[in-house]
Formats: sequence, structure tokens, C-alpha cells
Amino acid sequence: MKSLVCISHVPDTTTKIKYTDDGKSLDTSGVTFIIGPYDEYGLVRAIEFKEQTGEGSVTVLCVGGSQVEPTLRKALAIGADSAVRIDANPLDGMFVAKQISDYARGKEFDFIFFGKESIDHNASEVPGMVAEYLDLPFVSQAIHLEMDGDTAILHREIDGGYEVLHSSTPVVVSCQKGISEWRIPNMRGIMMAKRKPMEVCSATEGAVAVSTERFELPPPKSGCIYIAPEDAGSLVEMLADKGLL
Amino acid sequence: MAVLVFAENSQGRIKKGALEAVSYAYAFAELLGEDLEAVVLGETDSNPSETLGRYGVKKVFHYDDADLNDFNDQLFTAIVADLVKEEEIPVIVMAQSYDGKALAPRLAARLDAALVSGAVQCPVKDDNGFTVRRSANSGKGIETVLTHRDTVIISVKKNSFGLNVNEADCEVEEVEYDIDMTSSIKIVERVQTTSKVSITEADIVISGGRGFKGPENWGILEEFAEAVGAGTACSKPVSDMDWRPHHEHVGQTGIQIAPNLYIAVGISGAIQHLAGVNSSKNIVVINKDPEAPFFKHADYGIIGDLFEVLPKINEAVRKHKASQA
Repeated sequence: MKSLVCISHVPDTTTKIKYTDDGKSLDTSGVTFIIGPYDEYGLVRAIEFKEQTGEGSVTVLCVGGSQVEPTLRKALAIGADSAVRIDANPLDGMFVAKQISDYARGKEFDFIFFGKESIDHNASEVPGMVAEYLDLPFVSQAIHLEMDGDTAILHREIDGGYEVLHSSTPVVVSCQKGISEWRIPNMRGIMMAKRKPMEVCSATEGAVAVSTERFELPPPKSGCIYIAPEDAGSLVEMLADKGLL
Repeated sequence: MAVLVFAENSQGRIKKGALEAVSYAYAFAELLGEDLEAVVLGETDSNPSETLGRYGVKKVFHYDDADLNDFNDQLFTAIVADLVKEEEIPVIVMAQSYDGKALAPRLAARLDAALVSGAVQCPVKDDNGFTVRRSANSGKGIETVLTHRDTVIISVKKNSFGLNVNEADCEVEEVEYDIDMTSSIKIVERVQTTSKVSITEADIVISGGRGFKGPENWGILEEFAEAVGAGTACSKPVSDMDWRPHHEHVGQTGIQIAPNLYIAVGISGAIQHLAGVNSSKNIVVINKDPEAPFFKHADYGIIGDLFEVLPKINEAVRKHKASQA
């Protein structure tokens, strides 16, 4: 299997979110950046394909400035073979999707993996757009993937359960928990990653469809009403009075 | 010219999440002074005008075809795109559901439209486009975006807008599609892992954490859920230890929910958990540790042992239900 794994470079899940004074962007001071957790499920699944069959390749791609290179290196340390950085500011979902599809077109990847969403924008936009630009089938929110001959068998999460799908390849898959388990890179992987190729490509043209006006924090909670544990039953009355039960 | 809402058809029924998108689309149509129209794909249990007319839809394009009962992102994109072009529709609204997340981006790419995903408020008209507020940073922030295309697609975050009844005279136009497509994806089976209330649609969700000490103790939580019709959820450690199934895991890397009432029992409220639930309108926290960070985000808090507190609440629920009966 020849896989392209598209990763996002996002604030660590424990980050306390702050925005810059002009509200235009995230205040990145003191913020650690990681591979998008959902993207990492796709990355590991792609690596597993290569390990299981002993053939194929895993290319990891990120659209961003040079600051995303440590994140790409981490993906190489986990087991990707090569990295591609498309040198552009990821302006909006459509711009990023155009960059990825322009890169992938004609390269005959069997799978193009994504996380189900990036944890900064949470838009779930890029995978579907890439599928459309490349005219490929798309399986979103996959929790299971295996091959049976030439057929990919996928489980896609739906409300209260999942669908079992059969797809031909190439196919675009957005991943979440269940499809694989995260891996911690070992020392050997980290050393090897330093010597793996990292290609930097310049961006193709693309105009944004949506731009950020400002970010803000949600209004703070007005405060917690405490109820004594022995009086716990009175909670029900309070909730019922507010029409919540 | 009209606002078009994709009224998602879930095995014959138009469910709450879809109707919330309809309510949102109605408010948007009012703002623009346009009519609200809906597209329904696949067979429905009843005439779709009955449900949709109640929420302000004037006209339904119904593709009443068994081949469309199962979601297919490529075919659905082609059908909706053709309709949008034919009817010269500038605005398309849908729910940010499982299917919506697959359809909206494809459609945006096909139509070269501005896509706003996870909108939490009705758009505002700006000189250059529309500004729309959407949820960002896993619910820890709100982003206001400006659209830069003539066609706009909005997906509405679940439980963020609510249902608003606006009775309208609604006509149905039965339509057929003329697209020859052999899909390379086939649904072979649909597996229902829970018969219970879906946690992304539920008004009330009760969630358990490590404080429960083991899967055998979930009875008191389920008793509450059953009594009030709540969905049941859990924290990441609980699903990692296989005490509860993965599809109940809410949080940053699990499912994000925004119910009207979220009750967290024996969950300390790590920042990753909060990211999945902090859009809930009302939060109750039950924890024996007064230092649990979750209390800072709660509307109601009970500091105490859940094995004593929850049975008392269940008892009070029984009395409350009996008094209503």
C-alpha cells in the first residue's frame, strides 16, 4: 500500500487556550505543538499496512511554515518513510485542500489518510474537499480498516453504531480512535528520523473562501451552586424548576 | 433564489439534528428576506412537508428513491450540486452530523463555495459577505469568520441553535435525478451498537469516570439515564480500560457533545475532557474531591461520594416522576 498521511500541527490537548490581543490568532507563547491526535491514528494505520505486507510506503504531509518541521520529524520517528512540507500558511480549509490535492494528483497513492478533524479548527473540511478535488471516494470517521484482496473494508461511525463499507482503492479516509493505537517513538526511530528525507514544496495558487475576523473565549461560568451531599435529592427539584428534567 | 436546507433523512425519519438545521436556515432566510426550501433524499415514512412545514419550509424537493436511502457522499454531492445550480441557490444549510461532515466539504469544493463548519449563531450580513460565529479549539474558543464566495454553505453545530416552530404552507415537488454513477463504496451492513439515546442528540447526558471504580457499578448511572431518558457517556480512562464502549467516550479525542444538561459523575474534569463537553448549556458535577477542576466549570456541584449521592438523586427522580404522573 502506498499511503499519504496528511497531518495537522496543532496545540497540545492540555493547552489552555489564549488568543492574541487583536483576537486574530492563537497566542502561541508557551504552547507545545503536536501531531493532530486523530491524524496520528491514520499515520499508525498506514505504518501497520507497510509492516504487515513488507511493501509500500508512507509519506507524511503537512501544510505550514518551517515551524511544523519538528512535528513532521515526529511522524518520521513513529515510522513514516518520508515527509513533505508544503511551504504555505494554512489559510483556510479550501486552500489547504487545494495544496494537498495538487501534491497528491498523479502520484497514485492507494490511501490518503486524515484525522476526522483538526483539534484547532474542528471543521472536518479538508478530507472531503481533497476527495472531491481528486474525484475519489471518501470514508469519513473510520474506526476500522482492513484489506480483503483489493477491497478495503471499513467501519464508519454513525449515530449509535457503525456502517460496514466496502471500497475500492484509491480512497480518502478520515480516521478516529479504533482504527489503530497511538505509538510512542523509540530512540531508534528518533535517530533514524533525522536521516529520512523531508521535501519542501512551494504552494500553488489559491484564494481563501473564509477568513478569520477574530477569536474570543466563551463567556465564563457565573459560578457553581453547591448542594450538600446529604441533600443531593434537592438537585432534582432545582433542575426540574429550570425545566431541565 | 432561496435558502436551501439539506434535511437529512435518517432511515425514513427527519430527526432533531436535521430540524435544528432547518430552524437555523429559517432564521437565515428571514434575515435575507428569502423563502426557505429543503431537499430530502430517499424514501420517508411520512410526507416530508408535515415535519418540515412546521419549521418554516415552503417547498421540499423530494427525491423519493430507494437508491438514496443510504448515504453516499459522491452521489449526494452530485444531486445537491445540480439542484443548487438549477435553482440558483446562494445559501445551503445542513446539520454538522456524521453525514453532514462528509457532504458539506465535498459540496463546497464542487461549488467553490465558502464553507462555515460548526456554526453556533445565525450569520450577520457584512458589506463583503457574511460573518458567522463558529466553535473552535475544541469548544475552548469561538471564531468569527467572514465568507468570500457568492455561494455559502453552513453546517450547524448540534444543540447550538435549538428548534423553533414557524408554521408554513409547504408544498412537495417530487423530483428525479439524472446522474449515472457507479459508486465505488458500498454499505454492506449497518450495525447498531446501542439501542439507547444517541449522546450527540440527547437533551440530557450523564457521564461516569474512574470514580465508579469498575464497570460493575454502572447500574446506578443507567438507572438515572433510563428514568429521565438521558444518554450515557464516559471519560477517556473508562473507555481505555474497556469499562464502557468507545462510542460513549466524550472529550477531546472522543465525541463532542453539547446537551442541555450534562451530569459528570466521578470525573475530575481534565482539560481534554472539558474540550468535549464545555458547550453543554448546564453542567452538574458530582465528585468527592473538592479540588476537582470540573467544579470551576459547573453550574451545580455536589462534593460527596457518588455511591451515596447518586442513589439519593435516583430516589428523588422517582418521586418527581411519580408526582408528575
